[in-house]
Amino acid sequence: MTENRRQMTDKAGTVKTESPINKSVNGMNASDIILEVRDLRVRYGHIEAVQGISFEVRTGEIVALVGANGAGKSSTLRAISGVLPFSGEILFEGQPIHRLGSAAIVARGIAQVPEGRGIFGNLTVQENLKLATWNRRDRRAVKDDLRHVFDLFPRLAERRQQLGGTLSGGEQQMLAIARALMTRAKLLLLDEPSMGLAPMLVREIFRILQDINQAGTSLLLVEQNALMALKVASHGYVLETGHIVMHGTGRELADHPRVKEAYLG
Amino acid sequence: MNRHWIIGLLLLAGAGLSWAIPRYELLNPYLQATLMYLGINIILATSLNLINGYLGEFSVGHAGFMAVGAYVSAILTVMLIPVGAAIWRFPLAILAGGGAAALTGLVVAIPAFRTRGDYLAIVTLAFAMIVKSALENINAIGGPRGLLGIEGLSTMPWIFAWTVLSVWVIRNFVYSNPGRGVLAIREDEVAAELMGVNTRWVKIRAFMIASFFAGVAGGLFTHLLQFISPRIFDITKTTDILVMVYLGGVGSIGGSIMGASLFTVLQECLRPLGVWRMVIMPLLLILLMLFRPRGIMGLRDFPWFRPSVECPQRPPEIHHS
Repeated sequence: MTENRRQMTDKAGTVKTESPINKSVNGMNASDIILEVRDLRVRYGHIEAVQGISFEVRTGEIVALVGANGAGKSSTLRAISGVLPFSGEILFEGQPIHRLGSAAIVARGIAQVPEGRGIFGNLTVQENLKLATWNRRDRRAVKDDLRHVFDLFPRLAERRQQLGGTLSGGEQQMLAIARALMTRAKLLLLDEPSMGLAPMLVREIFRILQDINQAGTSLLLVEQNALMALKVASHGYVLETGHIVMHGTGRELADHPRVKEAYLG
Repeated sequence: MNRHWIIGLLLLAGAGLSWAIPRYELLNPYLQATLMYLGINIILATSLNLINGYLGEFSVGHAGFMAVGAYVSAILTVMLIPVGAAIWRFPLAILAGGGAAALTGLVVAIPAFRTRGDYLAIVTLAFAMIVKSALENINAIGGPRGLLGIEGLSTMPWIFAWTVLSVWVIRNFVYSNPGRGVLAIREDEVAAELMGVNTRWVKIRAFMIASFFAGVAGGLFTHLLQFISPRIFDITKTTDILVMVYLGGVGSIGGSIMGASLFTVLQECLRPLGVWRMVIMPLLLILLMLFRPRGIMGLRDFPWFRPSVECPQRPPEIHHS
C-alpha cells in the first residue's frame, strides 16, 4: 500500500501515476476495457467545463469520479451519454460511440442514472420502468427483467401502480437505478446517487450498487460524497476544475492526505 | 371487461343516434349542425392537445394544417374524383386531406424540432401565415374568394365515426409503449433521452399524427360548410382551438372533449351578443387562467379512459420544472 502511495504524485494539476492494476475484478479479465475516454472536452460558451480528460473503466469494475461542485463530473457523464456536445473520443467496448445519438448509445449498453434522478413524476413506477425499454423489442425478456428489478427493489414492487412523483427521495433513487437496469446496460453511469439522502439510505443504495456490480454490470460513479464512492470503487479519479488531478485505486485515494483534506474533512 | 362493454354499448348507441337523428329529424337542423361542428371541434382539440398538452410543446399552426386538409379534400371531391366513385369518394378525400396535412406536418416538424424551446411556436405561426397567403394567391382554387360548389358530404354518421377514430387513435398512441415516450419528453426530456427514447423521432411522429387529424377535421369542416376561403383558417381559428384545449385541460383527452363541447355550446349561446362574443371569449380565457390554470381536467383523465390494468389513484399536484 505504501508503495502504491509513493507512485502517486502530489504535484497539483498533473497526473503522473501509473495506476496499480487490480489483477482481477469479480473474476473477470481486468485488462478488458469497457469504456475509454480520450481527451474529452466540454464547453459551455466560453467556459470549458471539462478540459481534456482521459480515463477508462474496465469490465466489471466500479470507477469513481470524485470532485467538488463544478469540477466537470456531470458534464463528463452527459457527454458519454451523448446529450451534450463535446470534443474528444469515447470508445465503448472498443467501438467509437462519440458520433452516435443518445438513443443509440443506450441501445449499445450504456445507461445513466441522471443527477436529480429524472423520474417521470406523472407516470407510474411501472410505466417509468417500461419506458426504459422504449427501444427494446424483446417483450418477453422485458417481463423477466421487470420481475428481476422488482426482486432487487421489493419496495418498488409494492408501489408499482403509484405515480413516480409520489415516491420518497430514496425510493425515487431506487426507481432511477432500476429504470437504468431495465435498459440491460453493461455500463451504468451514476450521477450523484447519494444526493439528498439520509446516511442510512446512502448505505443501502451503495450496497445495492455493489450487488449490481457483482452481478456483472460495470459502474462509473460520480460523487461529491467522495469517501463512500472511493470505498466501493476499485479505481478512482479526482477531478478539479475540468482536469484529472489524481488517480489510483479507490483505497489509495481514500487514504491520500490531499483527498482527505479536500473532500473528506 | 365490464367497462369495455359499457364503452362499446355507448359507442353503438352513439352510432345509432348519429344515423337516426338526421334520418328521422329528431333534432332541428340547427342543432344537428351544432352537433356536427362539435364532433369536428373534438377532433381539433384532441389532436392539438397531443402537441400542446401531452408533448409539452407549443404549436399555433393547427388552423394551417386544417386548411391543408380542407383544401386538398375539397379539390378532390369538386374537381378530381368523379361522382361515380360512390361510397369511397368521401372517405378517400378525407384520408387524402389528412395525409397531405401529415406530410406538411413532417416538413414543418423536421426543422422545428432541431432545437428546443419556443421555436415550434414561431415556426408554426409562420407556417399558418404562409398557408393562408399561398391559398389566397392560387387563382385555380378561388384565391381569396374561396372555393364554392362543395357538396355537403359530411353527414352525422361520418363525423361521428371520424371523431371516435381520432380520439381512439390518439388515446392509444399516448398510452402505448412508443407513445409513452411523448409523456416522458414532457416530464423530463433529458431523462427521456438517457433512457434511450429517440426524442426527435417521437416528436415528429406525434406532430404528424396531430397534423393528420387536423387535416381530417378540415376536410369534414369543408364538406359541412360547403364553402371554404383562406380567411376561415386565420389565427383566430387557431386561437379557438387553443381555447378549447386549455379550457378542457392540457394533457387530458377527456378534458379536450369537454373543452370542445363547452366551447361549441358557449359559442352558440353567446351568438345573440354579436360582436361582444369576441370580448367574452378571451375574458373567459383570462378568468380560467387566473382561477384554474390547468383547465377543467388538467393532466388528469377519467380512470376508465386509461388502459392501465388497475385504475391508478389520482395524480398529485404537478411540479413543472
